[in-house]
Amino acid sequence: MNDKKNYDVIIIGSGPAGLTAGIYTARANLKTLCIAGNIWGGQLMQTTLVENFPGFPDGIQGPDLMMNMRKQAEKMGVEFVDKNVEKVDVSKLTVGQYSARAIIVATGAEFKWLGLPSEQKLIGRGVSACATCDAAFFKDNKVVVVGGGDAAMEEALYLTKFVSSLIIVHRRDTFRASKIMQDRVLNNPKIKILFNTEVKEIFGEDKVTGVQLMTTNDNRMTTYDCSGVFVAIGHTPATKIFEGQIKLDAKGYALKEQETKGIFIAGDVHDHKYRQAITAAGYGCEAALDAERYLSENR
Amino acid sequence: MATLNLTKTDFDQKTKTGVALVDFWAEWCGPCKMAGPVIDELATEYSGKMVVGKVDVDHEQELAGKYGVMSIPTVILFKDGVEVGRQVGFAGKQGYLDLLKKVMQ
Repeated sequence: MNDKKNYDVIIIGSGPAGLTAGIYTARANLKTLCIAGNIWGGQLMQTTLVENFPGFPDGIQGPDLMMNMRKQAEKMGVEFVDKNVEKVDVSKLTVGQYSARAIIVATGAEFKWLGLPSEQKLIGRGVSACATCDAAFFKDNKVVVVGGGDAAMEEALYLTKFVSSLIIVHRRDTFRASKIMQDRVLNNPKIKILFNTEVKEIFGEDKVTGVQLMTTNDNRMTTYDCSGVFVAIGHTPATKIFEGQIKLDAKGYALKEQETKGIFIAGDVHDHKYRQAITAAGYGCEAALDAERYLSENR
Repeated sequence: MATLNLTKTDFDQKTKTGVALVDFWAEWCGPCKMAGPVIDELATEYSGKMVVGKVDVDHEQELAGKYGVMSIPTVILFKDGVEVGRQVGFAGKQGYLDLLKKVMQ
């Protein structure tokens, strides 16, 4: 019949959406496999203190929150495979060597780099995606943070504990970040902000020495000496492996309503509006409950 | 064999012959917390075949500087004391196994 390993539910992704879904499906006695990825845990693994996840009055470290969620899912009986998905066949409900009666897609969103060759060359040599990991290497140096969302604000504020000064470069004329984060940035004397500006080039051979900036309204070029560039320009939905198999919107986000039976969508792979740990967890719960109902109606 | 905690006093001596895989990390780095257990697994699996070590960059800034580590976790692969590859950022177990292919069959 079929030589694949069978499950009731396969969850692809191991951020708050995937793990919450797993806690629910396993607790409902559905045999659940979570394909967690080479790098499990999602975006929260790159953060520090999470202050807005309910239940933790003093906040909780992002990686700790994810480790707790995973432990909880494991305790409920979710099996984990820490590998990336290479092949998925949505119509047959198979993922590599595994098959299921329902699949929950919770692949989230992937980190977006600027896309400059000089950036790729200098990753780990001054170009960073993680201020909390790398800020200490830039003690008393000048750095640039690129981006305008909460992540960029968080990176910048964290860096001010170490660097001598920093500029935030943002291509629009306003930040997309929440008011509270914007206020913290605007009130920080170490931070200078350049709106309507893009990074066109990162200078340096073995390590970063500076950047070339260009204003977006009148194409004026300037250079700025710095030893670090922290990129925080957002994420793109991780839907590449599903192209042609599930319905996506124009920007590549998975649509909630899918034609294929047994496919459920949860978290940032679909949601480009809220993008919070708690909303992702909520969507994970929703997908799990929908999957449960679908499976009980389609025995 | 467990992962060795390397310092500037024993780093050269421990890595100068054969294959050594060294994880530069720190307590305050989230992705390092994911890398740590994977590195420990490799230390057990490759016991006797290579040295697996870790360097706490908080205490060993000189070593981090010497090897140009400006982002953690960074895992550097050495053969007879010479760097033959490095992986910046947590790459998952597969990422480290891919790195090892450079020197192991």
